[in-house]
Amino acid sequence: MAIKDEIKKVRDNVYEIPGSYNKKMRASGRFYIDDESFDALEEGAVQQIVNVACLPGIQRYSIGLPDIHFGYGFPIGGVAAFSLRNGIVSPGGVGFDINCGVRLIKSNLTLEDVEDNLDELTEKLFKNIPSGVGSKGRIRLDENEINDVLDYGAEWAVNNGYGWPEDLEVLEENGRMEDADSSIVSDKAKKRGIPQLGSLGSGNHFLEIQIVDEIYNEEVADVFGLKKGMIVIMIHSGSRGCGHQVCSDYLRIMDKAYKKYKINLDDRQLACAPLDSKEAQNYIQAMAAAANYAWANRQMMTHWVRETFEDVLGKSAKDMEMDIVYDVAHNIVKMETHKVYNREEDLLVHRKGATRAFGPGREEIPEKYRAVGQPVLIPGTMGTASYVLHGTDIAMEETFGSTAHGAGRVLSRSKAKKDFSADEITEDMEKRGIRIKATSKNVIAEEAPGAYKDVDSVVRVSDSTGIAKLVAKVKPLAVTKG
Amino acid sequence: MKRFEYFDVTADIGFIAYGNTLNEAFENAGLAIFNIISDTSGIDSKIAKSFEITSEDEVSLLYDYLEELLFYHEIDFMLFSDFSVNISKTDKGYNLKATINGEAIDWDKHERKSEIKAITFHMMDVKKTEHYELRAIVDL
Repeated sequence: MAIKDEIKKVRDNVYEIPGSYNKKMRASGRFYIDDESFDALEEGAVQQIVNVACLPGIQRYSIGLPDIHFGYGFPIGGVAAFSLRNGIVSPGGVGFDINCGVRLIKSNLTLEDVEDNLDELTEKLFKNIPSGVGSKGRIRLDENEINDVLDYGAEWAVNNGYGWPEDLEVLEENGRMEDADSSIVSDKAKKRGIPQLGSLGSGNHFLEIQIVDEIYNEEVADVFGLKKGMIVIMIHSGSRGCGHQVCSDYLRIMDKAYKKYKINLDDRQLACAPLDSKEAQNYIQAMAAAANYAWANRQMMTHWVRETFEDVLGKSAKDMEMDIVYDVAHNIVKMETHKVYNREEDLLVHRKGATRAFGPGREEIPEKYRAVGQPVLIPGTMGTASYVLHGTDIAMEETFGSTAHGAGRVLSRSKAKKDFSADEITEDMEKRGIRIKATSKNVIAEEAPGAYKDVDSVVRVSDSTGIAKLVAKVKPLAVTKG
Repeated sequence: MKRFEYFDVTADIGFIAYGNTLNEAFENAGLAIFNIISDTSGIDSKIAKSFEITSEDEVSLLYDYLEELLFYHEIDFMLFSDFSVNISKTDKGYNLKATINGEAIDWDKHERKSEIKAITFHMMDVKKTEHYELRAIVDL
């Protein structure tokens, strides 16, 4: 019998695969997905949810979020939490781009204020923020400085003149994980990280000037400082070659570790180590250091965004109230307290292609947002809308405070290039009033909106199941891509 | 015999590299990698880099080798188009010595294609029939 036939509907848009499906499962699998996506869901991704449910120390559910799709080892759009007593940590549960994430910057500008300058803003943002394959950052660190970036994250950036001290208050983890230890990070990862700090990257990463198009919840939008018609800037980027190397290093280390600790795995890419092992502790510290790199990276780009707006519009960024709304990580592993069968427990939560969506009251949330739940930023694809949601009590109850992270790819790059032409996409976007600047036509065709799942349906399912509720929709006016 | 060919993976890209010997298959895998990033026919052999790695088995050797290529591409800001590989068996696994030739990236001259984030272990394989076949998927 096909694996999908074993899945039962729990309620609207929530499905479950019972832990009794196979003897090795230590938890049930859960999917937050609409009927249409469920029908299209690959068997391979379902199998991956089951494989993760077999890992030692997993708590409650192996979870697939509305954008779940097949990944390497762990699915993308997945959450898995492990007990500190008998659980594991796995680099495959985080992914290569450690702390790939999204940041939203607001302003007091309206379309009228920027309309005549949009072309110049787009050109200059593209120029001032390096992007694309084989691109170098604007600064060159020495070896001591890279260690500071890894240990202090966004704090390092602010101390070195990139942005404002108050920026740190509205970043997940305040832009710095204290577990980070640069001495654990390999020389290779540091060498890859040095030239790339302060660069956007490539593929689905982007920097957009957007406009708040629709408000779904006035009260929460007000708390987040968002208003219809406001110009905002969104940055989607990660830890560059530094994070990729940390992941690769530890995939190799864990490949040996799981055999050494006699952990039975169905897929080598689930390679992991018991939490009390040296290998696990080292990975957690190196992962945190790579996460800090990503926060420093987004912080530097924020600074250059503000400088570019100042240069083009002739006003100071403070006068334009270019404050950060929030910054989320969607590939990360963290120690968090969650309720497991009515008991508060410290768990290690893996989020791979998943956004933290903590509900009201959690102390991890900046004080000014705490009463309504954390801001959740879900980016769309080139030319499509992105969304702001807020975290909920339901997410705390059901998904370890997590929701989706975006739109997953449905067409391969070569298929996208066959089906779409860069010129047609550019023309179509221009008709809709969206400017685009990219390093090559290849990237425009490969990143065609039609090559991705519809992000609107992803956020609809999140909202309807209650694991994060809609606050606002933002639409791009200008896109820059690597 | 083809030197390499690509196959489609939804989010990424995979390749199979061929060779009459294991060395030749590894050399062709290098070409497959740099044709994802750029077009190797436009990359001149001006600067040589050499490295040596040891790995416990053939699949790990392939993984480590491809990772090494990415490393030199990123830290030296170079593209490579000419690969010379010499693999030998040791008591503990395999040893690989490579000299790779290429030049500094110049995006006015070189075609700009995709950035490779990392090499994955997914479906990675080293197969020997009448010739060698290497299979890898890279994360873009």
